[in-house]
Amino acid sequence: MSAPNSNYDPVEVSALDPANVDAALADALAAVAGATDLDDLKTVRIAHQGDKSPLALANREIGALPPTAKAEAGKRVGQARGKLGQAFAARQSVLEAERDERILVDERVDVSVPALRRRPGARHPIELTAQRLVDAFVGMGWEVAEGPELESEWLNFDALNLGPDHPARQMQDTFFLDPVDSGLVLRTQTSPVQIRTMLEQEPPIYIVAPGKVYRTDDLDATHTPVFHQIECLAIDKGLTMAHLRGALDAFVRIMFGPDTRTRVRANYFPFTEPSMETDFLCFVCHGAETWGTAEQCRTCGGSGWIELGGSGMVNRKVLRTCGIDPDVYSGFAFGLGIERALMLRHGVQGMHEMVEGDIRFSQQFGMGA
Amino acid sequence: MPLSWLAEITDLPQGASGADVAASLVSVGLEEEDLHGGDLTGPLVVGRVLEVEETVQKNGKPIRYCVVDVGHHGQQVTEGKHQEIVCGATNFAVGDLVVVVLPGAVLPGGFAISARKTYGRMSNGMICAEDEIGLGHDHDGIIVLERLLGDKAAADLQPGDDAIALLGLADETLETNVTPDRGYCLSVRGLAREYWHSQGSPAGGYRDPAVVEVPAGNGGGHPVRLEDEAPIAGNAGCDRFVARVVRGIDPGRPTPAWMQKRLTQMGMRPISLAVDVTNYVMLAVGQPLHAYDLATLDGPIVVRRARPGETLTTLDDVARKLRPDDLLITDSGERPLAIAGVMGGASSEVGPATSDVLVEAAHFDPTTVARSSRRHRLVTEASKRFERGVDPGVTAAAAQLAVDLLVEHGGGTPDPGVTDIDHTTTRSAYRLDVTEPSRIVGVDYPRDRVVGILRDLGCVVEESGEGSDDRHVLVTPPSWRPDLDNDSPAPDYAEEVARIDGYHRIPSVTPTPSEGRGLTHGQKARRLVADSLAAAGYTEVLSYPFVAAEIADHFGLPADDERRLAVRVANPLSEERPLLRTTVLSSLVDVLRRNLARGHKDVALYEVGLVFRPGGPLERAPIPGVASRPDRASLEQLYAAVPDQPRRAAVVASGQIEQAGWWGPGRTADWSDMVAAVQTVAAALAVPVLVESDADHAPWHPGRCARITLTDGTLVGHAGELHPKALAALELPARTVAAEFDLDVLTAASEAPVQVRPFSTYPPALTDVALLVAGAVAAADVEAALRAGAGEALERIVLFDVYEGERIEPDHRSLAYRLTFRAPDRTLTTEEVNGFRDAAVAAAAEATGAVQR
Ligand SMILES: [Zn+2]
Repeated sequence: MSAPNSNYDPVEVSALDPANVDAALADALAAVAGATDLDDLKTVRIAHQGDKSPLALANREIGALPPTAKAEAGKRVGQARGKLGQAFAARQSVLEAERDERILVDERVDVSVPALRRRPGARHPIELTAQRLVDAFVGMGWEVAEGPELESEWLNFDALNLGPDHPARQMQDTFFLDPVDSGLVLRTQTSPVQIRTMLEQEPPIYIVAPGKVYRTDDLDATHTPVFHQIECLAIDKGLTMAHLRGALDAFVRIMFGPDTRTRVRANYFPFTEPSMETDFLCFVCHGAETWGTAEQCRTCGGSGWIELGGSGMVNRKVLRTCGIDPDVYSGFAFGLGIERALMLRHGVQGMHEMVEGDIRFSQQFGMGA
Repeated sequence: MPLSWLAEITDLPQGASGADVAASLVSVGLEEEDLHGGDLTGPLVVGRVLEVEETVQKNGKPIRYCVVDVGHHGQQVTEGKHQEIVCGATNFAVGDLVVVVLPGAVLPGGFAISARKTYGRMSNGMICAEDEIGLGHDHDGIIVLERLLGDKAAADLQPGDDAIALLGLADETLETNVTPDRGYCLSVRGLAREYWHSQGSPAGGYRDPAVVEVPAGNGGGHPVRLEDEAPIAGNAGCDRFVARVVRGIDPGRPTPAWMQKRLTQMGMRPISLAVDVTNYVMLAVGQPLHAYDLATLDGPIVVRRARPGETLTTLDDVARKLRPDDLLITDSGERPLAIAGVMGGASSEVGPATSDVLVEAAHFDPTTVARSSRRHRLVTEASKRFERGVDPGVTAAAAQLAVDLLVEHGGGTPDPGVTDIDHTTTRSAYRLDVTEPSRIVGVDYPRDRVVGILRDLGCVVEESGEGSDDRHVLVTPPSWRPDLDNDSPAPDYAEEVARIDGYHRIPSVTPTPSEGRGLTHGQKARRLVADSLAAAGYTEVLSYPFVAAEIADHFGLPADDERRLAVRVANPLSEERPLLRTTVLSSLVDVLRRNLARGHKDVALYEVGLVFRPGGPLERAPIPGVASRPDRASLEQLYAAVPDQPRRAAVVASGQIEQAGWWGPGRTADWSDMVAAVQTVAAALAVPVLVESDADHAPWHPGRCARITLTDGTLVGHAGELHPKALAALELPARTVAAEFDLDVLTAASEAPVQVRPFSTYPPALTDVALLVAGAVAAADVEAALRAGAGEALERIVLFDVYEGERIEPDHRSLAYRLTFRAPDRTLTTEEVNGFRDAAVAAAAEATGAVQR
C-alpha cells in the first residue's frame, strides 16, 4: 500500500486504477452476498468498509491526485462505496429479518399442552333451563314471581279449589310437617305462588313462577321427591283459551324450537275451568308416525307428539278467593316439569343424573346450554 | 271396557279398533290408560279329548299324552289323524271339551305356537288355560268348556269350532283414565255416551242401559230409615235409598259365562252370582250396589252416623274402629252392617247358602264417602264412584237391573214390596248467556250450536221460559253431571261446548302484556352470584334438603344454636332424614361425599337454595274460607305462620383447586379459597365486605374461620376450613373447606345504585413499608390502622408479602405493604408522601404494636 501523495507529482496510484476499484467493489459485493448471518456480515463490513479496506484506502489516495484527476477518481470511488453501502444495508435487513424469523421459530411451544390450571365450574342445567324459559317470557313482558317452598296448606290446596275432601287432593302425595295439623306442607306445586300474587297484586297479571316442589315419591328413573316446575299465570280483561293456546305455543317454541306447535284436548284439573291438555309436535321426528317401525322415534315413542301437561282458564272460584272479580277478569295458567323438559331437550336418561349432583353431569352444560 | 259391551249401547263404526275408540274418547277429554286383548291369532279351536295316556316323569311331574279331536284342522288335514298333544294339566278327562291352540297361532304377548318335541314326543299345539289366551288370570288347570260355559251351552259345540269367536277373544278392552269430575264415566253407560258424543251424537245412536221399567216405591218393601243427624256441610249422607228383595235364589247356580267374562275383562274376579250381579250392574250403569243376606237382618235398615266406640269387621276381615263422621248402614239402628258407600260387613255377607237377598242401591254424599275411604285407607270400586258422584237418577233402575239378573240366572222371585226413599231435590235451571262459551273459549259458537250441544249432553234447555231472551237460555244439567251444578257453571258449560265442538278449533293467539319490568334486582343478583361461582371454578349442584337430626351434632353446633331449630317432616321418605335443612351446607356435604365416593378427588361445589328457619316450634297456619278473599288480618296471620326461608349459598371444596401440570405442582384448596369465593361474589355485586377471624363458629376450624360482614356489621356468612371433628363425623377428607353465606343480605346490600367516588388524574406516589407484628395480630387490623393513619390521599393498599422465619423475632410476622397515594388536585411531593407514610406507620404502631423494619 502506498503512502498518500504529499506533492503534486503525478504518481500513478494503483489503488485508484479503475480496474482495481472495480475489482475491490466486486470482491466486497461478493463477500456481502456470501454473508450468511449478521455476525458474518459484520466481519465482511470490517474487511470491505473498514478503515483498512481497499476502497477506504483508495479514497484516501484521492487527495494525492492532481486536481485535474481528483474529480474523476473521486467519482469512481464514491460510486463504488455507495453501491457497497447499499448492498450492506440490503443484506443487513435480509439477515435481520431472517434472524427475527428464526427467533420466533426458536420460541415455538407446544400449545396443545393443558392450559387450564383451574378446572372450570358449571351451572346446574335445571337452573339453566328455568332461566331460559323465564327469559323468553320476560322478553314478552311477563314477570317472575317466587314464593316459599314450605307453604301453608291453604295456599297450596284450599285456595286452588282443592278442598279437604276434593278427590284431586288425594292424587297428591304431600309431605306434611310436624305437627300434622300445623296447616303447613312442602308445596306440591308452584301454584301457591300464583295465589300469593293474585292476593297481593291488581290485574293485569302476567307471571312466570319457577321453583322447587315436593312429593312423597321415592327416587327412581322417573320420580324424585324434590323436583322443579315452572308455571305461568295470566289474568287480564278478555283473555280466552285462544290466548292460553298462544302462550303454550310460545312456550314450546322457546323450549323445543320454532318448528313445533301444540295440539290441545279436554281434560280436568281442579284449578282450571275449562281445562286443557296439551301435546306438542315432536321436535325430533316432526310428527312422523314411526310407531312400530324400525325408526321408531325415541323422543316421542313414535306417536309424533309429546305430552306437555295440563292447563286451563283459572277457575272463577279461585279468582274470587283471591279477591279478583271473575266477571271483569279472566285468566289462564299452565305449567311444566323442568326435569321433563330437560330430559326431552337434552336426552337425559333418568332422574338420577339430575339429582345426584355428580359433577360430570353439570359440567357438560357449562354456564349456558 | 270391552268394545263388544260398548257396541251394545252405542253404534261402533264397522271395523272400529280399540285404538280408534281410544282416539275418539281422547278427543272428548277421556285419556286412554291401556288397551289390551285382540292380540290373539288362531287357529284356536274347540277340541274333544279322545285318549289320555297318563305318565309321571322322573322329576315327579305328571304328563299326559293326549289325542284330541279338533275337527277338520291340524293333523287331520295333513296326516289324516287326530291331534297329538302333550299336556301338563290333569284337571280334565276323556270326553271333555277343551280349547286347543294349533301350530301357526300366536297367543297374547306374541307367543307363537309350533309343533315341538317335548317329554319325548311331538306335541302339535297346546291345550289352553285361561290366562294363556287372555281370558282371565286362572292357571289352575286347562279350560274345560263344560265347566266354563255350562253343560247346556257346551252341548251345542262341535270339535273344530272357532274358539276365538266363542270366547270373545277378539274383543279388545280399553282402559280409560277417568278424571275426578267425570264420575259417570266409571260405567259403560257413561263411556258409551261420551263415545257417542265423539261421533257427533247421531240421533238414535245411544241406547241408555239405565232406561228400564221400574216399579215405584210402595211401602211394602223392607223398611228403611234415613237418620243422618250430622250431615257434612249441610249435605245429608244419604238422600236416596232403594231396597229390593229377591227370594229363593238357587245358591248352586253359577254366574253365566258371559257375565264372568265381562267382569274379568273389567279386572274384577267373579265370586258368586249375587255378588257378580251387583258388580256387573255397577260396571254397566255406575251405581254401586250391595247385596245382603236377608236372613242375617233382624229389623229395618237404618242409615246413620257412627257412634263413639262402634266397630265393624268389613268384608276384607279387618276390624275397623268407626268414627262419628262415618255413615253406617245398620240393622235396626243398632248393629253396623256396612260403611256406607265404602265396604260391607262380614256378618251380613252373602254366602254359599244364601237364598234370599236384599239389594241396596243408594245415593251417598261424596264428601262423606271420601272421608271414610281416606280414614280407613279403603279405596273400593264403590267408594271411587261415590266420591266422584253417582247419578242419583239411576238408583232404582240399577236395583231393577240387579233384580232382573238374579231372577233370570238365579231362579229367584222378587218381592212385590219396593222400598224407595227419595230425598233428592230437583235441580234448578241456570240462566246461561249463550255468548259466554265464545267469550271464554275464543271460538265463535252460534246460539244454535251451543243449545244443540247442551241438549246432546242431556241438559234440558229452555228457550222460552221466564228469564230467557235472545241471549239467555235456561239450562238444567242431566242427573249424571253433578259437576255442572256449581254456583258458577258458565265456564263448565263453555268447556262442554268446546269439548264437543272440538278443542282443535281453538286458535292460537299470543297474549300481549302491556308492560313488564324485567327481572327484579334479587333475581338478577342471584344469577350473578351463581354465575360468578361457576366462573370461579365451582360446579352448581342441587341437593335434597332433607337432613338427619344428627347433622347438628356432626357439625358440633352448640345446644342453643338457632341452626338446631329445624322443621320436622311428619311423613319423611326416610326416617333417618326427617328434618329440613337450616343451612345449605348440611345437605351439600352429601353431594360432596357422593362425588368423592365416585372417584372424583378434586371437587369444588356450590348450591344456592332456601333453608328453613322456623325459629321455634311451628305455629299453626290458619285455614280461612275460600268463598271470598280473606281479610287483611287473616292473610297476614297466614303469611306469618309460614316459617322464615332465607335464600343461602354454600360452597365446598376438597382436594386440589388448581391442577398439577407442566407448570408445576397443583394447589390444594384451602381456607383462603373460601374467603375468596365470598369476596368474589360480593365484588360481583359491588358490595364491600369485611373479613375477621371467628374462633367460635361450628362447623369451622376455630383457627381457620373467617366471619364476613357488611361494613355496617351485618353478618354475611362464614368461610374457611372445616373443623377436623366435623369432617370426621361427616366422613369427609381432612382439610375440606367450605363457605356459607346469606344471599338475601348481599342482595339487599346491593340494591341501592352504586354512587361513584371521584378519582384523581394526577400521578400516583408509591411507597412500601414492612411492619413487624406479633403473631396474634390480624393483618386486617394492621391494614385498617394504616388506612386510618394514612389519611385522605391513600388510594390503595396492598399486602404484598408476609414473612415469618429465622430472619425475624420468633412468633412474629413481617407484613409488607405497598401504599399508593394520590391527591385530587396536585402531584404529591416526596416529603408529603413520606409524611403520610410515617403517619400510617405510627397509627399501626399505636393500634397493633407494629414496628417498622
Ligand atoms: Zn318423535
